[in-house]
Formats: sequence, structure tokens, C-alpha cells
Amino acid sequence: MSNTDFVLAIEDLTVSFDGFKAVDALSMYIDNNELRVVIGPNGAGKTTVLDLICGKTKSTSGSIKFKNKELTKLSEHEIVRAGVGRKFQTPSIYENLTVYQNLEVSYPVGRTVWGSLTFKRTAALSEQVRKIAAEVLLTEFLQMEAALLSHGQKQWLEIGMLLMQDPELLMLDEPVAGMSAKERDQTAELLNRICKNRSVLVIEHDMEFVKKIAHKVTVLHQGKILAEGSMDKVQLDEKVIEVYLGH
Amino acid sequence: MNVLSEKLLGGKQGAVGLAILALLLFVVFPLWLDLFRLGLLGKYVTYAFVAISLVLLWGNGGILSLGQGMFFGLGGYCMAMFLKLEASDPVSTKIQSTPGIPDFMDWNQLTAIPFFWQPFKSLPLTLLLVLLVPTTLAFIIGFAMFKRRVGGVYFAIITQAIALILSILIVGQQGYTGGVNGITDLKTMLGWDIRTDSAKYILYFTNAGLLIGCMLLARYILTSKFGMLLLAMRDKEERVRFSGYDVSNFKIFIFCVAAMISAIGGAMFTLQIGFMSPSFVGIVPSIEMVIFAAVGGRMSLIGAVYGTLLVNFGKTMFSETYPELWLFLMGGLFIAVVMFFPDGLAGVYQKYADKFNLGGLAAKYFSKFTQWVPKNSGGKL
Repeated sequence: MSNTDFVLAIEDLTVSFDGFKAVDALSMYIDNNELRVVIGPNGAGKTTVLDLICGKTKSTSGSIKFKNKELTKLSEHEIVRAGVGRKFQTPSIYENLTVYQNLEVSYPVGRTVWGSLTFKRTAALSEQVRKIAAEVLLTEFLQMEAALLSHGQKQWLEIGMLLMQDPELLMLDEPVAGMSAKERDQTAELLNRICKNRSVLVIEHDMEFVKKIAHKVTVLHQGKILAEGSMDKVQLDEKVIEVYLGH
Repeated sequence: MNVLSEKLLGGKQGAVGLAILALLLFVVFPLWLDLFRLGLLGKYVTYAFVAISLVLLWGNGGILSLGQGMFFGLGGYCMAMFLKLEASDPVSTKIQSTPGIPDFMDWNQLTAIPFFWQPFKSLPLTLLLVLLVPTTLAFIIGFAMFKRRVGGVYFAIITQAIALILSILIVGQQGYTGGVNGITDLKTMLGWDIRTDSAKYILYFTNAGLLIGCMLLARYILTSKFGMLLLAMRDKEERVRFSGYDVSNFKIFIFCVAAMISAIGGAMFTLQIGFMSPSFVGIVPSIEMVIFAAVGGRMSLIGAVYGTLLVNFGKTMFSETYPELWLFLMGGLFIAVVMFFPDGLAGVYQKYADKFNLGGLAAKYFSKFTQWVPKNSGGKL
């Protein structure tokens, strides 16, 4: 397959679980600095697409190229090291560590056994932790055990942990699930800030939220792309209204 | 230097705890206990090596190994093989049909020392193998399991099965291993008689020193980024993997370190007690070791050592008077700890220490103590 200028180029991607095609010949391209939202009804294959990109699930056929590097053959940690970060649907943080430690663990230095044994806590690290904590509104909670954070703050912390790695492609699976209206607004602002120098791929159900953040929307249905384009265009699409948005 | 001492000692509170333990092991117990009791204590201290290896592996890493006995046993066997070869010189074995080989080999119609016994003729090589044999086995098991992402209860069961297999293998290969009796009648190490009173004292202190050394090593690992990653992996393994770490390598490494620490305990056991047998390799000792760590506190290195000593002294006292009740008591103790004190003795201590601010008091006296240490000693105690 030829090289492209896209950050992420998915072509002809298929995964089949015992004959059921969760993702079916999917092609999708994401630009530099683009914030793309993937929507679709339950079981459309949204989370599976993220699983395929980050290596959690292996594809049956097709290709995923990140900056023209084939990801389908790499293991999970190699994909992360290439510059792809992924947030899980339920907040996935280290409950027994403090907020500071959660961020510190995610710092991309000392990632090997030996590296982690000889790792020194530098000024650059604490500066980075404080910068990211401010970004995700957790400065006051740095010394708090992560288990004690509210649900919304846990979601932010996980986003912060990804930002520590400074990924070029950030993938977020339902980042505002379970958040209050105010927290949703703050998250929308956060996402609009952080997509300035990276590409972001978001899965979301909340249409109000999608409108606030999306540059472009992809609608998935039964593992295939139903529609793609700006939010306004997609909202008026007959097929999308039929299967997902409703009349 | 300050950073390093902080890392090794775990801050002032950790240093106080370690200093008290060292004081007990090096001064109080040797003065207080007679040689027989001190010998028992020395034996328990060798189990404490396994208990601290479980603090690293199980408490912090969340990897429950029910087969630590095999590493303890292998370390002990390596040491025993050296001592047995030395004890089997042609003069003292001249009544055998083949003089110069270990007695049990002679009983099993062997006429020459098997090839895998050859390296144990040399002490430096033996000391190296005490560390390397168990660690290599741990590496093989760890590589096979963790690269395939076998974990949790499956890993526990597999380690238990391997411990059982190893003990059956040792019992079955009587001519090569001494069978169910183990390797007995060990006498000297490079001509130094290990059965004399003075040797017993020297071995006891060496043992205690090695334990403190292993605890410092474990402390260093736990306070480094590696230690934080262990906790993170225990909480959310997927998140660590998707933060760019190859989780299996970290697990293999800590499993190997735990095996090596256990093996040192095993070798010291052989030296102090004078024999090694398959009864220290199989399932029962492996599970007992887990109970020691659980009672003491699986998150606390110091707690695990006290847990080991207390449970074993309890065992000695109770099993002398009520031998048939001891196993039930041990089982009940384990259930009670898991249900009511998941952090063991260390957890109970921490709770009350926080209540009465014992840690603060200790640190206060400790700082007075360090002021009292002359400045030109470079802060070394």
C-alpha cells in the first residue's frame, strides 16, 4: 500500500470473530491536528476499531498505517511508543497511587526494566507533571489517592496520563460518560485545547458534546462506514437518521 | 548520597524499623537466646528470605507464586551438593564399594559422580550456581507464563504444580539426589567444620546480615520507578501495557529476583541446619511461606520478617504440646488474617501507629540519635 500524508490511514480493515465481522472492510483517514468523532449505534464496531488501532485486538485483514508505519504487526507497547495513546471506556487509572504518581508512571522515560530501576526523578519530570495536572484541572489533587477522585476527575486523570506521553494520535473512548453538564463543558474545552498539536480520535454518544468538539464525524453501522463529513452534513443524512439519530 | 540512603532505607520511619530489626537480630536475640534456640531462630530467618521475596512478588506485584519453596530448595540443594562432595572424601567413605562418592550414590549402585555434580566441586562455582540455578528456572517459567499473559490464579496453580513435580523428581531420582532423605551428613566447608558452636554463631550472623542486605535490595527496587510500576500493574495491568511498557519483562524480572532471594535463604538453611530434603521443595512449604508473608503483612518487608519469626515460634511451641492441632490453627490463622487483617501485622501496627503517632515519635528520637552520631562519621551508622 502506498504512503500517504495522513497521520492515520486505515484501509480495508476487517476483523471477524467466529465468522461475525465486527469491522468490515473499513477505510478511514485522519489528518494532522484533526479531531475526529466516531458515532454509531451500539454494536457498530466503534470500540473494536480503537482496539484494532492500539493492538488490543488483532485484525483479520487490512492495514493500519500511523505516519506510514504499519501498526497491525506491532505489539501494544510498541504502538504506544510509536506515538498512539488510548483512553479506555471506564476510567482506567491506578487507584492505589496518588494523582502525581499516576502521572509519573505515564512519563515516557525509563520504560525498560533497567531504565525503571535507574530512573531518576528530574526537575523536567515534576515540571511536566504539574503542567499536565493544570491542563486537566487536577493541580489541587496531586497528592490525593486516585481512588478518592470523582468519576469525572478520574476520566480527566486518564486523559492527563496520556498527555504525559505526548502522543501524536490520542484516542478517547467515551470521555464524558457519567459526567455532569459542567464537567462535559470543561472536557470539551480541554479537548479543543489539546488537539492543537496532535490528532484526536473520539468515540462518543452525546450529540451535544460531539457538536462542540468534532471537526469531522464518521458514522459507523455494522462495522461499515455509513456516512462521513461535517456534523451538519451527517445530521441531515437520511441513512444516519434512520439507523442512529432517529426522526 | 542522601537520595540513595533515602531509597535504601525508605525514609526515616523505614530506617527506624530496619534499625530495630537489626538490633534484635544482631544484639538482643544472640544475648538472650541459648544456642539451641538461636539455631531455631536462624532457621526461621532463612524462611524470612522467602517471605520478603513474596512481599516483592505478591504484595507489590500481585503475582501469587505458590512455588517459592522450589527456589528455596534449589538454592539449598546447590549448597548441599558442594558440602556433600566435600564430606565424601575417599578416606571417610572407604567402606563403600566405590569410595569417594556420596553415600546415597553408592547405595544406589552408582560408581561415579554424575556430570551435573561436577561443578559443585568448586566453592566459587557453587555460590554462583546457588544464585543462578533457581533464577534460571524462574526465568524459564516466567518467560513461558508471562509472555503468554498467564496470570492470577492460573499462575499460582502452575507454580504449585511445578513445585510438586520438582519434589517428586527429587524423591524419584534417589541415586542422584538422595531421594526422600535428602542430602544429609554435611560436615565441612573448605575444611571449616560447620557443626561447631563458633561456626553456628558465624553462620547465624552471616545469615542475618544477608537478610538485611536482601531487604535493602528489595527496598531499592520498591522505591524506584520499578516499584511504582509493580503497584500499577497490580491495579491495572492493561493501563500499564497501553502506557508503553512491556509488562511481561517486568514480571519476569521480579519473579527472577524473588527466586534469587529465596535461594539465598535456602543455601543458608543448608549451612545452618546441615541438610536439605525434598520436604522443603514441595507444595506444603511453599504455601507455609505465603502464610508467613500474609500474617506479617504482604506489603511490608519488615512485617513479613516478623510474621515469619512469630508464626514459626508459635509453630514450635504449639506443635510441641498439641502436634495434631497445629495444622488447623495454621489454617485458621491464615483465614483470619485474610478476612480481618488483609495487611497483616504490619497493617495493624500502621493503624495504631497512626492513631498514637508512633512513627512521628520514632522519627523524633531517631533524629536525636543521628545528631548524636559524630559528624565526621559521614552519617553512617
